[in-house]
Amino acid sequence: MKSLAEIERRLDALEAAASGSGTVAAAELVELGEAVLEHWVSAKGLAPTQETREGFRLLALHRQGCTDDPSFNACRETCRELAYHHNLVTSDPQHPATPQRLLMMAMVARHLFLFVTGKMQVAALGDFCCASRPIRQQAEPQEID
Amino acid sequence: MTTAKDKYQKVAYYPGCALEGTAHAYNRSTQQVGKALGLDLVEVKNWNCCGAMEVKNIDPKLQTYLSSRVMAIAASEMKMDVVMAPCNGCYHNLKKAEYDLAHDPASVEVVDRLSQKAGHATYQAGQVETIHALDWIMHGIGEAGLKQRLKGSLQGLKVANYYGCMYTRPRHIFPEKDKGPGTESTSKPHFMDDLLGAAGAVNVEFPLKTACCGGAHTLSDSDTSTKLVLNILRTAEAAGAEVIATECPTCHSGLEMHQVRAEKKFNQPTKVKILYFTQLLGLALGLSPRQVGVHENISDSLGFLREKGIA
Repeated sequence: MKSLAEIERRLDALEAAASGSGTVAAAELVELGEAVLEHWVSAKGLAPTQETREGFRLLALHRQGCTDDPSFNACRETCRELAYHHNLVTSDPQHPATPQRLLMMAMVARHLFLFVTGKMQVAALGDFCCASRPIRQQAEPQEID
Repeated sequence: MTTAKDKYQKVAYYPGCALEGTAHAYNRSTQQVGKALGLDLVEVKNWNCCGAMEVKNIDPKLQTYLSSRVMAIAASEMKMDVVMAPCNGCYHNLKKAEYDLAHDPASVEVVDRLSQKAGHATYQAGQVETIHALDWIMHGIGEAGLKQRLKGSLQGLKVANYYGCMYTRPRHIFPEKDKGPGTESTSKPHFMDDLLGAAGAVNVEFPLKTACCGGAHTLSDSDTSTKLVLNILRTAEAAGAEVIATECPTCHSGLEMHQVRAEKKFNQPTKVKILYFTQLLGLALGLSPRQVGVHENISDSLGFLREKGIA
């Protein structure tokens, strides 16, 4: 598993470059997103899934990360934006907007990294807002919405 | 048959506590935009806290009761059909209370008991419809109606629309969303884009529309919040935005405060301006910067707006 420091270094590099082979960079950014989620899932004592959802392991890992923790859903759209930009880039790598799309993708991946690493330090990140969990309530499995 | 346009002409207005404090500019600009559009706002009498984040996390049923009281006053005392809450936290909590009271008998029992104790009518699910300020303008006036009333224009102002997390999450408390054309999307919300676009703005492709800003952790874990906000600001700038339009007082305050903190603590300055969507709409409707409370924001956008010919 890639270390968080290594993931951050690659995100810096990919954001700075945001060019080169669009397809390769887009694939790496999705892999970095998966690596971030692997850290979260592993920290919960689970084996990161190898399954895919809508063609992306990233989305399956996000779903796995939400188990018993609805506030993790706060990064659902971030994961979906990564998948969306991956599809945009790989469907037409020569498109003039590819460098911009890769830049956006790198920044979305960084947001996922910041959210997950922030949540690994303070698990309650997100609990207070869109997916509150009563502080007196025992952790119970909840439906992912 | 009553249409949404008719129904939203006169609504109960629930500003909530943030709009009386840090987000006074949002309160002021919402009311001014309502006047300019010919929409009536009648403030909920003797309103109380919606239970916000703190009560909700200590005792969610108490939050359900607090939110239900606001709706009960609107329905039973004011005889209103619609409550409009511009604050994402209030909007979210009233929608959550509505959902709980329609689906959870235990919540119904608690709300009934507390309402009787407090001496007011118990709110029954379905008595009022709770909407956001975006719904109010989108369905009460619409893009075409807005265009007819414009006295100015946002003149190609490049805007990143930031909706925050509570406007669309969790999806099950917003049953009216994701119903196809004309309705709001929970995955890619667009009402703010549509309205500001109608007022002349150019909406940039912004992939962090609903991303977490670390809002509630702004004091307990400031560095995480600052880094999340900084990434939102940098992404908006990289997307070509000159302004981030907001519709949530928590997000707005967070973006403004952490923009300053990011520069001071991490030496990462950003130039993008942060304005409530109602402030931008108000300017396009011919209101002055003072009328929409530009002077009440933390950051100073006046010079920029004048330079762009918008103020």
